[in-house]
Order: sequence, then structure tokens, then C-alpha cells
Amino acid sequence: MTQPLLSIEGLKTHFKTDDGMIHAVDGVDLAIQRGETLGVVGESGCGKTVTAMTVMKLVAMPPGKIVAGRILWQGRDLVPLGPDEMRSIRAREIAIVFQEPMTSLNPVYSIGEQIAEVIRLHEGVGNREALDKTIEMLKLVHISNPERRVHDYPHQFSGGMRQRVMIAMALSCRPKLLIADEPTTALDVTIQAQILELLGELKEKFGMAVMLITHAMGVIAETAQRVAVMYAGKVVEEAPVASLFASPLHPYTQGLIRSIPRVDTAATDKKRLEAIGGVVPSLLDPPPGCRFAARCKYARAICTEETPPLREVKAGHKVACVLY
Amino acid sequence: MSGSTPASPTVNATTGPAREPKPVSLGMEAWRRFRRHRLALAGAIILGLMALGVVLGPWIWPVPINEIDFTARLQGPSLSHPFGTDDLGQDLLARMIYGGRISLAVGVVAMLIAVIVGVVIGAVSGISRGSIDAALMWVADLFLSLPQLPLLLLVIYLFRDSLKKYIGAEAGIFILIVVVIGIFRWMPVARLVRAQFLSLREKEFVEAARALGASTTRQVVRHILPNALGPVIVAATIDVAAAIIFESTLSFLGLGFPPDIPSWGRLLYDAKDHLDVAMHWALFPGGAIFLTVLSITYLGDGLRDALDPRRVM
Repeated sequence: MTQPLLSIEGLKTHFKTDDGMIHAVDGVDLAIQRGETLGVVGESGCGKTVTAMTVMKLVAMPPGKIVAGRILWQGRDLVPLGPDEMRSIRAREIAIVFQEPMTSLNPVYSIGEQIAEVIRLHEGVGNREALDKTIEMLKLVHISNPERRVHDYPHQFSGGMRQRVMIAMALSCRPKLLIADEPTTALDVTIQAQILELLGELKEKFGMAVMLITHAMGVIAETAQRVAVMYAGKVVEEAPVASLFASPLHPYTQGLIRSIPRVDTAATDKKRLEAIGGVVPSLLDPPPGCRFAARCKYARAICTEETPPLREVKAGHKVACVLY
Repeated sequence: MSGSTPASPTVNATTGPAREPKPVSLGMEAWRRFRRHRLALAGAIILGLMALGVVLGPWIWPVPINEIDFTARLQGPSLSHPFGTDDLGQDLLARMIYGGRISLAVGVVAMLIAVIVGVVIGAVSGISRGSIDAALMWVADLFLSLPQLPLLLLVIYLFRDSLKKYIGAEAGIFILIVVVIGIFRWMPVARLVRAQFLSLREKEFVEAARALGASTTRQVVRHILPNALGPVIVAATIDVAAAIIFESTLSFLGLGFPPDIPSWGRLLYDAKDHLDVAMHWALFPGGAIFLTVLSITYLGDGLRDALDPRRVM
């Protein structure tokens, strides 16, 4: 295999609090190839967003700290880079779209000014050219009548439109990787579908890779080629999307997939939807062993003693569980 | 569209959905809300007239401020002296116009000093964490706890004469008073700006700007500061009023401008010995200070309502 675009190795991001260390990201291994969509799933608080923010080096330090690991961007480690070097990577190489489109735009500037600012900042072009590029970007994200809308303010746009503007802004410098951090969570279902479609379309057009962070399995199934399942700060399973849905290996993944209501069997099957018992463990100074052990019905003695490593058990299918 | 639908911010409703609605900038929105505030509008108009009056006054009423005429001492208002005369027979209208220039200029310049110092200190404090923030806020607390009036008197006693010698009486005392008022009034602005910064710094759009490669300076100047300005503008108007009052206090204590440079406060001070026989002498400058400060306060009220971000949507 060729060198991956982004490869995260053994990344640990901890946060210092008055009560102790929060192990938000605790040994994550991930790789994204050029032009690929990697889905990252997991429930709230499992470290998906912190992983993304660490890659962008947007975690406030202190209290955050990268304790261990490497973030290799085209073979170059981002962890030791200073703020100036990181700035030139943001937007131009890696861009991020956040969950909250309603507040991610500055209310005092028109959207055109905000997109043009990014273009001017990174490409050093004049106002006129930046405006032309801005209108072109708005066209790409399907905002109708971009020549006029470019002068409108964020409060004149709906949530879906604002997310389109955010995507336009993120892509205005043609990054090689777009991190989409729950881009559709705040939007309603039809708009959600439109935004995902837009992301897919732009990904093809620019040939960029996408790291799609979400907690919706449905979104992953539709858009991603590979999926990483995170639990309590670790990747517990990583597989091609078809393989993951057909034969989930990790008990947590199995539980997640069983908890999705199925349209085809819901009418005939009068079973209750299965839930995973228990709650996510505290990430405050966690005990050794598999983090899922307390909720796992296959748990044995060894599960609470040793942390199982992420191993490839089938072609392209990795899992961190003692069962395999 | 004036006032028929009080709370509706929709522009489309009046222009029709098929027509292209004009983009409404935040400034236009704020102006629309400001116009609804009657008292604020009245305050703005009165202030505007006063400013116009003190700037253009000497051409409309070309009477020298220091023409002594002992035959016309302490006269009440008349046609030849609309505001009456003082104990030297000097025309009070002319002195009021001149004094208005000084009082308003002191108010505005002292406010600018207080706001600029306050914004810079507040911004640095709000954006940097830890020891710098703590140190700056400690300095602000220190300034807040100083007994201001005695210290002011001391500073003015110490520096008045040397400044007078080097820059001249009028400019020297003006600078002294303005700086002294400015450095004693930056703390509330600094605290306000710091508080705004602390909350704005964590806003998603600042995070987004950072994610798109904006440096700290750029985040502060382009993204945080414009969003923090609303409350600062309101505080600034109040500061103008406070500075005018402060100047009149200083002048009333005889520590402001000398008698040959009349400010409104100085006129009050000069009038105090003749209150029984020449009430008009004190009433006009006192009334002018009262009206100005009241107008500015209402203006600030209107601006606060107009710039309140919660009303934008």
C-alpha cells in the first residue's frame, strides 16, 4: 500500500482537571488514504471530536496535552509543529467543518467577506479575485443566486444554507483532507441528506479525502468506504463498510448495529429494540483492560487485566478484542 | 415601515417575497431599532445641535469672551446679552459657547483615552490566560480602589505649572485634565471588554477562524473585537457624560481651567459667589451640563437597545 495521506499512530490526548487526568483520546490508530472517506463512529464522549481537534492541533493546551503518539501528514509528524507552521496547514491541507452551523459564522460580517478572508489569507490574492473565487465556491455548494447572496449576513441564511457556507469556506483553499465533525447532527433529515450528497459530490470533484465523524450508523453506511468504531478514547474496530455491517466483530459494534431500528423487519418482528446495557465508563484515570468489559456479555477475567491491541483478523478488518 | 410592526425583523414582508430583498447590514438593523427609541433620538438631536452650536457659535454670535464692561455688571438676560453678563460685564453667551467647546472636547477626548486604554488592556487580558490576565486585572482593581479625587488634586498640583510652562496654559491644562480623567476611567471598560472576550473566545466562529488558519491577532482584531464593540460603545457614551461632570467638578474646585479659559464647570465656579444676585450666571452653564449629560445618557440607552445582539435574532 502507498503512504497514507494521514496516519495517526498511538495518539493520546489527555486533559488535566482538578480531579485528575481525563484520558479523552487514549491510543488511537487511524489511517486515511487519498480520496477515501473514513467514517468515525461512536457515542458521545468517546473521543471522536478530540481526535479531530488534535489532528488540527486545535485542542487548548493547557489543559489538553498530547501525551504520546504521532500524527503523520503525508509522512510528516504534526505533533512537534509550532503554531505558525500549523496555520499554514489548516485550510490549505486539512480543513474542518463543525457541527454547529448556526454559530460557526461571525454575525458581524457578510458571508462573502468571511469566505474571501480565507482565500486572501492563504492565497494572497486581491479583493476582486477573492470575490470571484468566493462566488465560484458558493456556486459549487449550490447556493442559488450567489452573486447577490455573497453580500448577505449569516442571520439571513437557514441552518442548511449556513452549513453549505461553512463547507464552501472550508474547501475554498482546496484542502486534501476535510474533517467533517458531525456536519449534519444539527440539521433535519432532508437537509442532512442534501449536505451528505453535497459532500460526496465535492469529494469527487476535488479528489479529497473525508474524515466523517458521526454517531449515526446510517450516515456511515451511505457515505464511508471504511469505518472506525471508537469507544472510550480507543478505536475498537476498523473495517471496510460492507464487512463491518455484514459481520461486526467487536461486541460493542454488534450492539451498536443491533440497536438500529430496521425498516424491513420492524413490521413483522414484534421484538423490542436491543440496547447496550450500562453507561460509558468515566475517562478519568481509567483502569487497565478493555474499556468495554463492564458492559460486555462475553467478558472474561483477562478482559479487565490486559488491554487487547487492535489486530487485523480478516483482510482489512481490524478489531481490538480477546475473542478473535 | 416606521413602527407599524414593532418586533418583526423581516424585511421580505414589506418588500414582497418575489422582489429581491435588499441585504440588511447589521448597522442598518441597529439604526432601524435606534429610531424607535424616541428619547434617544431626541438626545442625539439635542447633542447634534449643541455640537453645531459650539462649533459655529462664534460666527453667529461674534462677541469676544473677555470684553470687560463694568457698566453692564451682573445683568440678567437681555437682547444685547441673551444669557446676561458676569461680574466683569463679560457676555455669558459668548463664554458659554467657548466653554461648551472645551467641555464637550474634554468629554470626548477623555472618553477616547479611557476606551482605548480599556479596550487594549481588556483585550490582552481576555485573550491571554493565566498570569498576564491576573496581573492586568490586579492593576485594574488597584486603580479602582484608589481614592480618586485626592489623587487627582495631587496630580494636578504637581504637574499643572510645568505643563503650562512647556505647552501653554490652554493646551497644557486640557491635556492634563483629559489624561487624568482618562486614566481613572479605563477600568470599567477593560473589565467589560475582558468579559466579552472570555465568552467570545470560546464561540464557534472563532474556533472556525482558527481552524481556517487565522493567527491570534487576526482572531482578535477581525473576529472577536467587532463582536465585543456594542457594549463598549454604550459604555463610551456614558463615559463622555461622566468626563464632562468630572471636568466641571475639577473646575468647580478651582483645579480645572483658569478663569480666562471658561469651561461650563469654570463658569459655575465663578458664579457661585453671586448666586443671590445673578442666578442666571449659574443656571445657564448648569443647565447646559444637565442637558448634555441627560442627552448622552439617553443616547447610550438607545444605543444599548439598538446594539443588543440578542435582538438581532
